[in-house]
Amino acid sequence: MDYGTAQHLRVPQGMLGQSLTDLIGNTPLLRLSRVCPAGNVFAKAEWFNPGQSAKDRAAWKIIREAERAGKLGGGKVLLDSTSGNTGIAYAMIGAARGHPVRLCVPANVTPSRVKILKAYGAELILTDPTLSSDGAILKARELYRESPERYFYADQYSNENNWKAHFETTGPEIWAQSEARVTHFVATLGTAGTFVGASRYLKSRNPAIQVIEVQPDSPFHGLEGMKHMESSIVPALYDPKLADRKMVVRTEVAYRAVIDLARSEGLLCGVSAGAALAAARQVAEENPQGVVVTIFPDGGLKYLSEHFWDANL
Amino acid sequence: MTAVIEIPSALQRFVDNQRKIAVEGDTIQHAFEDLVGRFSALQQQIYDEKGQIRSFINIYVNDEDIRYGKYLETELKPGDVIQIVPSIAGGR
Ligand SMILES: Cc1ncc(COP(=O)(O)O)c(C=O)c1O
Repeated sequence: MDYGTAQHLRVPQGMLGQSLTDLIGNTPLLRLSRVCPAGNVFAKAEWFNPGQSAKDRAAWKIIREAERAGKLGGGKVLLDSTSGNTGIAYAMIGAARGHPVRLCVPANVTPSRVKILKAYGAELILTDPTLSSDGAILKARELYRESPERYFYADQYSNENNWKAHFETTGPEIWAQSEARVTHFVATLGTAGTFVGASRYLKSRNPAIQVIEVQPDSPFHGLEGMKHMESSIVPALYDPKLADRKMVVRTEVAYRAVIDLARSEGLLCGVSAGAALAAARQVAEENPQGVVVTIFPDGGLKYLSEHFWDANL
Repeated sequence: MTAVIEIPSALQRFVDNQRKIAVEGDTIQHAFEDLVGRFSALQQQIYDEKGQIRSFINIYVNDEDIRYGKYLETELKPGDVIQIVPSIAGGR
């Protein structure tokens, strides 16, 4: 066959094009020079993942390793509790790899999340909104106990492959993209997978790197994706001794930062990115010689129904 | 006028771990003032710096979201059940 001038682009049979999961990771590292004029704050733009959040990394590693170990496949149902991005990642990757997905979701999750999950064909079980994510966790555990043979219980809060995904991808990307100059790493805590995995990797390359975790300032907060550890079921993979510093952010401060990112950087981000920015900005001001890297876990489109955009903050 | 406010688990620590609290007031506004007057630690949790109800708090009266009605001016009847639900679940 004559491929003409495109001859040099020929690829071995069966390798043409990319698969969805090839697109996970290798997100851009953005320089935030307008919201942080000192120019020393950088953020991983995780909405560049195909499922539009950092959770694609963890979900893909969890699914890949389960397939390899024979725990998924042959119609086994992937079961977990999630109110958002992990569910989207499971639903997307599950669809692409032929695994049925069943998710326990708190009923007060933003309606657009529910629509996205359903669009990918996931089955949803809505749980008591007043119990937050803990109610969804308890429901998933109950379903698994009732018929363990039907499910692969992914259990993102305890699954070691969650933090390992970030040890293998997010951490090395930050190291390479910052040309080994990163001095501070700031990340919000949900399952703690991102913080634990990337921090362990960065400390393995340079033990002097300071790692800073960010939590909501109260058990009662509007920081979707984040967890107030002291008042929640603490994820088994969280390592409370890892952080050199622990910071807290009030919800309104994060909202204000999200609005700043949209209006001053042209970056439409999720609320936890606002919390990450607020903390990273403070670290950068205290360390003007530092190179502060943080994670923006997702984009803002899922949050447009939130009322803070119109609130006079 | 007595209504009952259901306290979400994340706020129970600020109200001596109660799940339901009877409040006095003929409107939501007054019922919240009564509640916060008795449990001052709730001030920071329920109101923002400008004194408005924090934007992520949804309030339901008998399962009806009041944001799209009269909001804080919603009138209460004895026995009404008020729910405070944060618009997210702290989830991942
Ligand atoms: C929007 C958002 N922010 C932050 C996080 C926290 O990430 P991790 O679970 O890795 O701690 C998540 C987790 O799902 C999230 O969805």
